[in-house]
Amino acid sequence: MKIEGKCFVFGDNVNTDEIIPARYLNTSDPFELAKYCMEDIRPGFGKREDIKGSIIVAGENFGCGSSREHAPIAIKAAGISCVIAKSFARIFFRNAINIALPIVELKEVEEFDEGDVVEVDFENGIIKNKTKNKTYTVHSYPELLREILKFGGWLEYCLKKSGGDTE
Amino acid sequence: MTLAEKILSRKAGKKSVEPGEYLLLDVDVALANDITAPIAIENFKKYGGKKVFSPEKLVLVPDHFVPNKDIKSAMQVKLLRDFAKEQEIKNFFEVGRMGIEHVILPDLGIVKSGDLVVGADSHTCTYGALGAFATGVGSTDIAGVMLIGKIWLKVPESIKIELHGSFNEFVTAKDLILKIISILGVDGATYKSIEFLGSGVENITMDGRFTISNMAIEAGGKTGLFPVDERTVEYEKERNITVEKMYPDEDAKYFKSLNIDLKTLEPQVAYPFLPSNCKNISEAEKDRIKVDQVVIGSCTNGRIEDLRLAAEIFKNHRVNPDVRCIIIPGSQEVYKQALNEGLINIFMEAECAVSTPTCGPCLGGHMGILAKDEIAVSTTNRNFVGRMGHPDSKVFLASPAVAAASAIKGFIADPRKL
Repeated sequence: MKIEGKCFVFGDNVNTDEIIPARYLNTSDPFELAKYCMEDIRPGFGKREDIKGSIIVAGENFGCGSSREHAPIAIKAAGISCVIAKSFARIFFRNAINIALPIVELKEVEEFDEGDVVEVDFENGIIKNKTKNKTYTVHSYPELLREILKFGGWLEYCLKKSGGDTE
Repeated sequence: MTLAEKILSRKAGKKSVEPGEYLLLDVDVALANDITAPIAIENFKKYGGKKVFSPEKLVLVPDHFVPNKDIKSAMQVKLLRDFAKEQEIKNFFEVGRMGIEHVILPDLGIVKSGDLVVGADSHTCTYGALGAFATGVGSTDIAGVMLIGKIWLKVPESIKIELHGSFNEFVTAKDLILKIISILGVDGATYKSIEFLGSGVENITMDGRFTISNMAIEAGGKTGLFPVDERTVEYEKERNITVEKMYPDEDAKYFKSLNIDLKTLEPQVAYPFLPSNCKNISEAEKDRIKVDQVVIGSCTNGRIEDLRLAAEIFKNHRVNPDVRCIIIPGSQEVYKQALNEGLINIFMEAECAVSTPTCGPCLGGHMGILAKDEIAVSTTNRNFVGRMGHPDSKVFLASPAVAAASAIKGFIADPRKL
């Protein structure tokens, strides 16, 4: 799996309240949530057309705070194709994989600027910053996580593994 | 291998595992409560689930807002109750027969040493005290266990806490874990397994170990493990469970090590708004912090030893007229035992309110919500902004000894001076 998109750059410790503020949690409709994605740190972000297919680049501890699954759901439904961060909070990492939002850890995120065009090759663990003409190697996903993402999420994976028979 | 690596490699049926490796494992026990189970059940049904994978592995404990505090929580518990009946899940615990999940599961022998336990509750790490790999996950993960009985996990790196010596009087397991959190920081163990090792471990009781493992998450830990030693084997034997001792290998690789001599510890107080924000009681007492409410209980400190310690301090004393003291035994069994030992009588004579088991005030649910500007000393695990009520209220975390002494004095007080 390969994706390519424009970067939107955020800082360290982006917490789940910033990703989707609690006041919008009275719905679990992904597309409603998407409208308010990053609302408190970048107003109007979730409603922009040009974020479809784009990549969020952030610093350390992305997704810290509560364990709410609404956070990766909002990002995914907003059309973001991948999050690249220096590190992720543990439960956010789980939740993102479980709903099939691709996320990648990369140490050199400081070298990325807003608007850079970036390609992520998940299979081979290669990130190319096409604007800056630089290539980075990252840990490629272990097979298990690749399968979960391929099937579209953890519960889809579970269904597949049980042969669709959950009797 | 570390303790975490040992348990996970056994579960994976492999000779060894490495930190960073991903595993797909069969879960021994999966639990959810009245807040998190409804989302798991909804997802299970949405994905076509009809019969849960192994009803005997699932545990549903309504404990956060029970006895039902309002219509919404009553509806949630009803959802759990109906689901448990429909799916023949026998481990559903009704009011009058229940307790806080992390108090009852080890006590009833539902979780045991060496198990892999996942729970849709961050304090699932409590069972690490038994040498079980236990960690908090999301509701979707529990739905996955309902569908196929499995969980995916990354093998964590481990941090070694080497303990020596034994506690001085009125210094407890709570003081140790608060001290450790203040050293590591609230994200110092993120993604990692914290392992409590060394000769000092044998001087820590099982109830104390539950308190310590319970708060591993407050340093960001994935789990907090004790070795399986004489005490653990004995504890399990009392529950008709046979387990073997388990220690890490001599050449186990640790990401970081810390040495603590239990004798050097003083009772701790964690100031708002982080559990890592600790002071020694001798310092804290000088601040003369006036207290409005004291809570003794929770999955951290609601066990029989905690109540014995509180009773020892309350004996022949009364709660200060300006303080409300609420005592919440962690389970029906703990309550009965406290009653039989005469502890409840001591609390009543001291003018404490004794509640039926519930998580209640710990997370600002019910049974003791704080008003604006009020201050509580609590034996619970989190002192975040607004955790126990009004956003302008404050929670100081401490042991049952410090909490009881503070209830008597009316300010944060040293139990050793009473």
